[in-house]
Amino acid sequence: MESGYFHHALEIIEDICIGCSHCMTVCPTEAIRVKQGKAKLFEDRCVDCGQCYHHCPVNAIRVAHDDFNDIFNFKYRVVVVPTVFIGQFPEEFSTNLIYNTLHELGFTHVIECGPGVELLMEAYSSPVQKARPLISSFCPAIVRLIQVKFPSLVDNVTLLKAPLDIAALLIKKKLTDSGIPEKETGIFYITPCAAQIAAIKNPQDSTSSLFNGVINMDLIYNKVYSQLHKNGKKFSQQPERLHLSKEEIEWTLTNGEAVHAKGRSLAIDEIHNVIDFLEKLENETISDVDFLELRACDQSCAGGILGTANRFLTVERLRNRGANVKSNGNGHSNDEIIQYAGFIKKHLATEPIKPQSMLKLDEDMLKAMNKMKQASEIMRSLPGVDCGICGTPGCSALAEDIVRGNGRIEQCIFIQRRKEQTGTQSLRDSFYIMEQIWGRDKLE
Amino acid sequence: MHFEYKIKGGDFANAGNASSQVKKILKQLNVDHLLIKRVVVSLYEAEVNIVAHALEGIIKVDIDAEKIILRLEDKGPGIPDIPLAMKEGYSTASPEVRAMGFGAGMGLSNIKKNADKFNITSKVEVGTQLEIIIYFK
Ligand code: SF4
Ligand code: SF4
Ligand code: SF4
Repeated sequence: MESGYFHHALEIIEDICIGCSHCMTVCPTEAIRVKQGKAKLFEDRCVDCGQCYHHCPVNAIRVAHDDFNDIFNFKYRVVVVPTVFIGQFPEEFSTNLIYNTLHELGFTHVIECGPGVELLMEAYSSPVQKARPLISSFCPAIVRLIQVKFPSLVDNVTLLKAPLDIAALLIKKKLTDSGIPEKETGIFYITPCAAQIAAIKNPQDSTSSLFNGVINMDLIYNKVYSQLHKNGKKFSQQPERLHLSKEEIEWTLTNGEAVHAKGRSLAIDEIHNVIDFLEKLENETISDVDFLELRACDQSCAGGILGTANRFLTVERLRNRGANVKSNGNGHSNDEIIQYAGFIKKHLATEPIKPQSMLKLDEDMLKAMNKMKQASEIMRSLPGVDCGICGTPGCSALAEDIVRGNGRIEQCIFIQRRKEQTGTQSLRDSFYIMEQIWGRDKLE
Repeated sequence: MHFEYKIKGGDFANAGNASSQVKKILKQLNVDHLLIKRVVVSLYEAEVNIVAHALEGIIKVDIDAEKIILRLEDKGPGIPDIPLAMKEGYSTASPEVRAMGFGAGMGLSNIKKNADKFNITSKVEVGTQLEIIIYFK
């Protein structure tokens, strides 16, 4: 019933990692340990939220993406742009100017995420799924969080594509309809975060085939900015094209979705806030909520880890942009979407989400029970100070690692002292164990 | 495996803690998520009942490979009319308690619905005992 490992976009570069353990401390799913002086990732626990990336003081964590020059493998080069990308730039750079610059960099088609949002709004206002509350599938980090930590809520996740997939679907259809062979078209996404890369590259997901590559937002930001400087902002006087509706522009911001949901809806951003809320929801202490918009980043995608601008300024720019659009009342950005609405509706659904619990101590319940007994015995001998010197996020994490076969009790510095006191462990052994965790250079 | 949790009457701030703990244990034991849901719903309901009505109580949890047994014993006013209290939609929660979001009015009948076996005994002015059994298979 449960599916296998996730694809991850995050990589720890060992040569750069100084083993400071900051990432281990901030990881909301306890997915990181320190071994041999380097951070190590438990892939089945990581949800690609990017907290570790954000807190690493030496940039030892990399978000792997595709080579920009890959775009030139295709005759028609489409870039799908999230609205927060435009929000990275000061308002003096018009949307049009940024579009033009993307064209200059080599893209033949530029399409912003947004078209199709009205179909989602429609789906939100008369939901087909029975579960309550419905939880938006928009943020892939949240979908993973639910799979690994809150498996009982998997059926609450909406089975609807995100705007980026709809944008890709739409442009692909348009181009093939105009007679361009599919293999001549490459579709690339500018991503604000690691979670969306992981979702796009996830072989389990049927939408993965929509994109030919992913480009990190910070990289393309630099490219666009350099180009703008070279051009001396010569396009900057062009008027805004304003082809997205207010709803489409604001969809990626906090409360961009929840406002359109039927009944009582809540928008919650930042992963720790989300975890707190889901704990309560899973306990059934929260009732009567119909819709939840949950986003892993503070200020939603404006706070994506690959953003370069201050997230509050990004929000401001997008809100201003939205306020300047003359609403036509139905959320439609243009007529094109009406023409393709039937086609998109047919492809709007995604596959059901499967639980992928990371908490289980063993597949087999009896074995899990034994392990739990062992772990609670181990807990009794650990000091409970959660100092992290054992190379795990805390005492209970060490106890669980031990019963899973990933650690030993002597990693605990308190146990070491106790054993040295009673003569059951030599100072040299202790030294060796610490070296195994923190690496030789920290002890020399 | 045996676990015990003490519950203080009137401590709404911590209502649900025992349910959270039990939930975590069941997740670690790789119990099916739909079963966990049933356990948590019934335990939470019962836990809040103690907080809302009793002076104090204790939750005893026994888990083996086949089932989970939850025993909740409280000292408090007891329930004078159990058949009435078992009726669907009947809630003993005061309007104030309900306004706080506790006790959606499903009460005991909801516990029974989620349990495979359910026993209740109560003595007025002494206290109430619940036994909830949910099988894993
Ligand atoms: S991306 Fe998030 S979940 Fe994954 S290791 Fe980093 S902090 Fe932990
Ligand atoms: S934050 Fe993590 S990845 Fe970065 S240097 Fe410290 S231990 Fe290494
Ligand atoms: S909130 Fe947006 S940027 Fe952040 S992880 Fe989710 S999808 Fe990515």
